[in-house]
Amino acid sequence: MSDILKSSRRAFLRGSVAAAAGAVTAGAARAATPDPLITEVQDWASGLGQGVDEVPYGLPIEFESDVIRRNVEWLTADTISSINFTPIHALDGTITPQGCAFERHHSGAIELKKEDYRLMINGLVDRPLVFTYADLERFPRENHVYFCECAANTGMEWAGAQLNGAQFTHGMIHNMEYTGVPLRSLLNEAGLSGETAGKWVYVEGADASSNGRSIPLEKALDDVLVAFKANGEALRKEHGYPVRLVVPGWEGNMWIKWLRRIEVLDQPVESREETSKYTDTLADGTSRKWTWVMDAKSVITSPSPQMPITHGPGPLVVTGMAWTGHGRITRVDVSRDGGKSWETARLSQEGGNKALVRFYLDTDWDGGEMLLQARAMDETGYVQPTKSQLRDVRGENSIYHNNCIQTWHVKSNGVAENVEVS
Amino acid sequence: MSKFPKAALFVGAGAGIAATAGLAITLADRFVTPMPATAPTIAFQIPGGGAPAAEVIPAATEVAEQAGLAEPADVPQAGAAASAPEAPVMKMAAAQGLTDSRLGLGRPALEAEIAAWDVDILPDGTGLPEGSGDVWTGEEVFAEQCAACHGDFAEGVGNWPTLAGGWDTLDRKDPVKTVGSYWPYLSTVWDYVHRSMPFGAAQTLSDDEVYAITAYILYSNDIVDEDFTLSHENFLEVEMPNAAGFIVDDRAEAEYAQWRAEPCMENCKDSVEITMRATVLDVTPDQAGAAEDPPAVEKATVEETEAVEEAEAVVPAALDAELVAAGERVFRKCKSCHQVGEGAKNRTGPALNGIVGHPAGAIDGFSYSKALKQAGEDGLIWTEEDLKAFLAKPRDYLQGTKMSFSGLRKEADQAAVVEYLKSFAEE
Ligand code: HEC
Ligand code: HEC
Repeated sequence: MSDILKSSRRAFLRGSVAAAAGAVTAGAARAATPDPLITEVQDWASGLGQGVDEVPYGLPIEFESDVIRRNVEWLTADTISSINFTPIHALDGTITPQGCAFERHHSGAIELKKEDYRLMINGLVDRPLVFTYADLERFPRENHVYFCECAANTGMEWAGAQLNGAQFTHGMIHNMEYTGVPLRSLLNEAGLSGETAGKWVYVEGADASSNGRSIPLEKALDDVLVAFKANGEALRKEHGYPVRLVVPGWEGNMWIKWLRRIEVLDQPVESREETSKYTDTLADGTSRKWTWVMDAKSVITSPSPQMPITHGPGPLVVTGMAWTGHGRITRVDVSRDGGKSWETARLSQEGGNKALVRFYLDTDWDGGEMLLQARAMDETGYVQPTKSQLRDVRGENSIYHNNCIQTWHVKSNGVAENVEVS
Repeated sequence: MSKFPKAALFVGAGAGIAATAGLAITLADRFVTPMPATAPTIAFQIPGGGAPAAEVIPAATEVAEQAGLAEPADVPQAGAAASAPEAPVMKMAAAQGLTDSRLGLGRPALEAEIAAWDVDILPDGTGLPEGSGDVWTGEEVFAEQCAACHGDFAEGVGNWPTLAGGWDTLDRKDPVKTVGSYWPYLSTVWDYVHRSMPFGAAQTLSDDEVYAITAYILYSNDIVDEDFTLSHENFLEVEMPNAAGFIVDDRAEAEYAQWRAEPCMENCKDSVEITMRATVLDVTPDQAGAAEDPPAVEKATVEETEAVEEAEAVVPAALDAELVAAGERVFRKCKSCHQVGEGAKNRTGPALNGIVGHPAGAIDGFSYSKALKQAGEDGLIWTEEDLKAFLAKPRDYLQGTKMSFSGLRKEADQAAVVEYLKSFAEE
């Protein structure tokens, strides 16, 4: 795209925000003249709309065409081994539609037919087995809603406020309802003998990266799911069609896509994805490994940099989402003054186990500046830390597992910015 | 790792897991929908300690037979039973039938299948095939197959990963993590290069080439001398500099202990200052646009002008649409290095708009190998035939090219990708 186009786009954006801010005073005012949208017969009220079947599989209406995954180009060398971000700023509720749920591939999203799908279980089992897709469908299955967060979510913010939008700071997350077979059912089919303690499963995908990870057998037998549906329909190619692993509460890199093999072992493999990557370097240069669980975290999705307040003072809905790999979110507090004082937000429904919960603070905005923050608590009593608390323990060299409290600076014109506060 | 399961258990690795995994279990889902009575719930209790050596699942065997995969007798009898005599096992299985919780789904994995997929190499060297390779051979293979992205000395090119250097940077700002400065196990290098590199042509290296490349990466990191030969025999003797640099997740003690506390609600701090702003950095992607999908309002005008331009430029002799579509798929093999289409830029390889019929080695702003540049100056034009020949085996067609790509074996793929490339005119 040419630079001219780019800058005209920026101007367009700025223009829209300015226009919105201009509308602030008019917003609450009484209408002086009748609204033609009401008084005049509109085309849609007179003519006909689209017939059925024109779009056999529906997509969002064109007016929502900006609610899409976006990539941060400078992060990676190319888009094949890369990541993009869920437009969380524009979503509400808790379920992430598959079409805008973030993607992370290490060697691109492959196309693997159900008929070509094979899943092998081998290693320390009584009977190494091969399953087809049709075999998997014959096991009793379960449905669960779980969040999947990349360990690198918010990773670009370690050293300071960098990206101006909730989509970019917190969008490596999605939350879907999965249908699948408990991994323990498949392991049972292959037969496990002897001790569970000290054993591992190594799980790998069918793509060129294979993205293998070692998971303690205890976890594998607990709640790990071999999933083939998400939100009621087949997984999307980019999320591992036809079969992916769901590892509730643990970092997204372990949720192997295009799952092809599960090996029971008496030691971890120490693959590239669990040594070179997904390890956390502390200030003194030592690194933590096996940091699988995603700690409690929350973020305000609106208002936020991509979602300025466009209506002026008065009733304001502050909303966001919270999640924890340790179980359930029990409470979310919101601060408007950068953490000096807090009020407890309303959870829209009871926090699900290892699933996103939506919170709302239904409030009255006086039109003044705000330093908006959210702070999650989970059922273990853990309170989401500030960035300085995290840095005190870990230093600034980590990439993964940044679950710090996020601050948005909302100005009196409603525009919000990603900032860091003392 | 091993092609057959081992009976002996090695428990040492578990110490650190207990905390995390144990926790996960206590927090197990309380809202699980009841499973059918026949469904296994906690599997590890079922086989019990002295598991029956192996049962042959009738259904599974049938499947294998039907599929013509193996005689039942060839089916590997898994587990500790690998050495158990065949006949008694069959008899036992017949006598026992299936345990309640087993459904008899799936079929036995064959030895050759396990061998094909189970290629992981463990830190203790389990799984390494016999073979060897020296630094010099490694340097050659690396230059051909890896350097385009990782640099001649494994120092990394642009945003591609750096594989060497970075010593003494782990405790500094922006640590440089490489095989030499960071990776704790050599097995990881062998395993990863063998199964996933080169990017876009994984699993094409021979075992000896992988030994050689691994030796060269060690050499680039000053871990071995230039006359070093790595083999399955001396593999474990290599000491990785950062082997002791890792600790098992200690968040439970270092963090949870402090952060599981009643939070402050009022007067939590005296003052609040903004210390940093994202807009100062200005690294956020264009909000409204990005190339993919500008908002509808503007898009109209952009598309109109482009459509006009394209209509003028792209009037090639009718393309075979099916072949173009097939070519688009083949082009995925090229995408790691080449862009084509609107806004295509030079990356690891040159942008390929209008390449069919174009002089070789002449895309603006790309730094070619001497060989390709020379070929272009000598008059090489990328006709369809030349392109196909080049793509079949780039390095045979043009010695010295820096396109690290092993080639498209199938003629159908060559033809398809060329047809696909024809559909993009020069911008
Ligand atoms: C087309 C570019 C390209 C080529 C050619 C290539 N690589 Fe890579 N390499 C990559 C990318 C991209 C990654 C990161 C992949 C990911 O994100 O999972 C990578 C990762 C690696 C890593 C892991 C780096 C780390 O820090 O974790 C090693 C080791 C490696 N490559 C070795 C090789 C070797 C050896 C060859 C030649 C046989 C090779 N590569 C050829 C692009 C390339
Ligand atoms: C690992 C990276 C890589 C891959 C994969 C790759 N190329 Fe290339 N390609 C290059 C590089 C680098 C050059 C420049 C070669 C030189 O200078 O010798 C090149 C050159 C070319 C050229 C000649 C361009 C010119 O201006 O003369 C064509 C055509 C081409 N590639 C097509 C393809 C196609 C089609 C594929 C997939 C089937 C492919 N390449 C895969 C890296 C790659």
